[in-house]
Amino acid sequence: MSEYLVNIQHEKLSFFTPAGEVKALNDVTIQMKEGEVLGIVGESGSGKSVTAYSIMGLTAYNGKIMGGTVEFNGRRIDQMSERELRKIRGKEVSIIFQDPMTSLNPVYTIGNQIEEVIRLHTDKKGAQIHQRARELLSLVGINEPEKRLRQYPHELSGGMRQRVMIAIALACEPKLLIADEPTTALDVTIQAQILELMQELKEKLGMGIIMITHDLGVVASMCDYIAVMYAGEIVEYGTAEDIFYNPQHEYTKGLLKSIPKFHEKEYSKLVPIEGQPVDMLNPPKGCPFAPRCTSCMKICLNRKPEKTEFEGVHYSRCWLQQKKEYEAAMKGGNN
Amino acid sequence: MEKKNILSFQLNVDDFVPASSEEKQSLVVMRESVSFWKDGMRRFKKNKIAMVSLLVVLVVMIFAFIVPMFYPYGYEQQMKGSERLAPMEYSADEQARIDAGEDVFPHILGTDQNGRDYAVRVMVGARVSLTVGIVASLLILLIGSTYGAIAGYFGGMVDMVMMRIVDILYTVPDVLIIILLATTLKFPLEVLATYPGFSWIQKIGPNMVSMFLVFALLYWVGMARIVRGQIMVLKQNEYVTAAKALGANNGRIIKKHLLTNCIGTLIVTTTLQIPSSIFTESFLSFLGLGVQAPMPSLGSLASAALNGLQTYPEKLFAPAFMIFVIILSFNLLGDGLRDAFDPKLKN
Amino acid sequence: MPKYIVKRAFMAAVTAFLVATLTFFIMNMVPGGPFLAEKAVTPQAQAAMEAKFGLDKPLSEQYITYMEDLMHGDLGPSLKKRGRTVNQIIATKFPVSAKLGGIAILVAVFVGVPLGSVAAFNRGKFLDNLIIVGSTAGIAIPNFLSSTLLMYFLSTKLNLLPSMGLNNPVNYIMPVIALSLYPTAYIARLMRSSMLDVMGQDYMRTARAKGISTFKSIFKHALRNAILPVVTYLGPLLASLMTGSFIIEKIFTIPGLGSEFVGAITSRDYPMIMGTTIFLAVFIIIMNMIVDIAYAYIDPRIKLK
Repeated sequence: MSEYLVNIQHEKLSFFTPAGEVKALNDVTIQMKEGEVLGIVGESGSGKSVTAYSIMGLTAYNGKIMGGTVEFNGRRIDQMSERELRKIRGKEVSIIFQDPMTSLNPVYTIGNQIEEVIRLHTDKKGAQIHQRARELLSLVGINEPEKRLRQYPHELSGGMRQRVMIAIALACEPKLLIADEPTTALDVTIQAQILELMQELKEKLGMGIIMITHDLGVVASMCDYIAVMYAGEIVEYGTAEDIFYNPQHEYTKGLLKSIPKFHEKEYSKLVPIEGQPVDMLNPPKGCPFAPRCTSCMKICLNRKPEKTEFEGVHYSRCWLQQKKEYEAAMKGGNN
Repeated sequence: MEKKNILSFQLNVDDFVPASSEEKQSLVVMRESVSFWKDGMRRFKKNKIAMVSLLVVLVVMIFAFIVPMFYPYGYEQQMKGSERLAPMEYSADEQARIDAGEDVFPHILGTDQNGRDYAVRVMVGARVSLTVGIVASLLILLIGSTYGAIAGYFGGMVDMVMMRIVDILYTVPDVLIIILLATTLKFPLEVLATYPGFSWIQKIGPNMVSMFLVFALLYWVGMARIVRGQIMVLKQNEYVTAAKALGANNGRIIKKHLLTNCIGTLIVTTTLQIPSSIFTESFLSFLGLGVQAPMPSLGSLASAALNGLQTYPEKLFAPAFMIFVIILSFNLLGDGLRDAFDPKLKN
Repeated sequence: MPKYIVKRAFMAAVTAFLVATLTFFIMNMVPGGPFLAEKAVTPQAQAAMEAKFGLDKPLSEQYITYMEDLMHGDLGPSLKKRGRTVNQIIATKFPVSAKLGGIAILVAVFVGVPLGSVAAFNRGKFLDNLIIVGSTAGIAIPNFLSSTLLMYFLSTKLNLLPSMGLNNPVNYIMPVIALSLYPTAYIARLMRSSMLDVMGQDYMRTARAKGISTFKSIFKHALRNAILPVVTYLGPLLASLMTGSFIIEKIFTIPGLGSEFVGAITSRDYPMIMGTTIFLAVFIIIMNMIVDIAYAYIDPRIKLK
């Protein structure tokens, strides 16, 4: 048994589209222990969902792992057959998708869709399955579970449906729950409720959670560790404190500046990150963030930055940090 | 440890000089932004099947509209002694002329029972079918888009009443009514043609006119529904509100802002309407309810060929093949246009 | 539901009324009565005949009489088939057409749906391309061509199948193929694109994330959603099979309602034309209603209004 629940090493993953090979993941390494909460932050197309999906082998049909290893609970996911993967999906790893409006099948009742996964992965029969489905709905805070089980997705509100998605995900008490932007499609008030629910369930059930989001505010309250992704790479990784109070990468700093802060007395101006995300069909050879970086240097354009490690688990990939070390080294050499 | 690692990179102090914004920009490979038309045309040109169908449509049009003008035989021209010739066969009379050293244009597809050259009849038949198909589709476009745009734009009560009418027309068994109208409309049209100002009816042929009318009267319903749906969505856009605020009247908003924005849909739907109109036209002509003799249509040619099917199967194959090619190429062309200009319409 | 049926029944009545009125006046626009075509009819005999069927009365009066009879379900006597009412003719001829059309619909659905699904699952591969080419060609062949060509090759040339009538089950083969070719191809195309659409839906990803097998996720989650457009098409399909059968019946000399209708038009058998039109209109409306109810059953989001 590995000490890590999730252990992704140097994963490279590409999608093969008619327009060419899209290198969605470029040397991604993630390690996570049981019961931990990891946040993956980044903008759309940065590879955050792709990374998480590969833990359950849920890559789109045109995607292929080109290198590295993906382990879950000590087993190699990237070498498993579809059949073996099916035994893990929904049972040991579950997922909550972004849009609860479209993630439930519109033509089946809520009950049917919850019971389906219980029937598939447990030995429960008939009335027991139904009982479990009811329990689950109560667990996720849905009133009148008996009535809800008989309803169709379109009869429920968005927040309700996301609760149902959570119930489905928790049905078999997974070791790992992947939440792919679980609140993005919801109203702000509902967002808070869903986050609160997830926090509560994490404490109650103790599973590991990977929280994928582009909203730093969401991860701040929940996550033990945060990985900031940009263009298929982890550009900065650390504990929530490292990322929020001691950000090193220019992109992370940019992200933090673009969050509104209401508690501050003086209203600091919101600073957007200028420019467009990278075209993943033609990734730049240097640092992918270079074209948008305000402190971009010549080297950034030509060469990928190496990992710079800080205290604890904290690291980033940025030439600025390298430069500091380089200068320190030069100084050391001269003396 | 760390230091050695860095030194092994052989870094240069120059590398750490801030990069200029030009240098930064040179890295950004931006896809050029293109207009709706350019983008659509590019996608369309890439679609080989659609380009081939376009070519086929053009070739068929040349054969249908231009070649008969220069063809040595007319579609009504009856040649005594040349009845029921097989393809490339000459009549005794023509053989004699050839022997006398004269150039005689061959009957590529033979002749029919009245001694008319079959190849030119098939071409003219294709012309009739194409004309009916295209004109009917344009009429449908005109009626359907106007009706749909009005219903969609005004909404509320107007929309309700207008769409109920559409619903009712939708449930009417169309072909029954078409057959009825096709048989009966020609008499009042003939009467109408005798009045001054309506003599053009006689020129085109009352049957053809009645066919246009029938199609236009019944088939605009589908177009109206599609256009209405689009307009309902489009009218929510801010630029419509802006136009209203600037004092544009309803007609102008519909014409200038709404219809132009669903032009992709209009083109695609009209293109796909053409084969379906040709379908119905050939069906009616096959039943003997289409254009009037001696004017041929692909359907009536096929129908006439049934009697001599045993001995002259090619008389059926030629128009059948033409119908197949025309409908197929228009369908593929329409599919290609849809994929290029209106991917949302796919279902 | 009862409210829906009442509403649709009302719509059906309005449509039937409009169709009846439209047909009545369209037909009377045509100069020349039904008995003119017959030779050797003395003016006296003609007048007697017209008097017998009420054709001598003013148009408005004829219309009212007809509408009154229609209310009682009486479609009147046939002018050409002496001694038989339109009701009787429809009762004997319609089942023939309905059986043929029914078989064709079943063939179209049970061949078209699997073909389209198989194409979608093999997207971009050889099988998909084959089905696309076949179905695109299929919707480019009008049924009068497919039937004549079938007849020429299978019956005249190879002498494999009988070309006329419907006496034996084998007689059904050619008319059914001819009649179902277009709808089969159309359904296959419809099914392919809707299956592709459904396969890209989020709930299919949810099903996969639950660990459901491919087979089950197709049959349980995809098929029911993907088939909805096909169900919608069944209404118009029905109408097109009814009309398609006109030609098929003519070509294969099948004694159905279609050939009867075409015959009635050429001989100007007014009551027969009107009766058939109204009957088919009502029949199609009822069928559309059944299709709507089926749709609402399959898709719970649809509320019958």
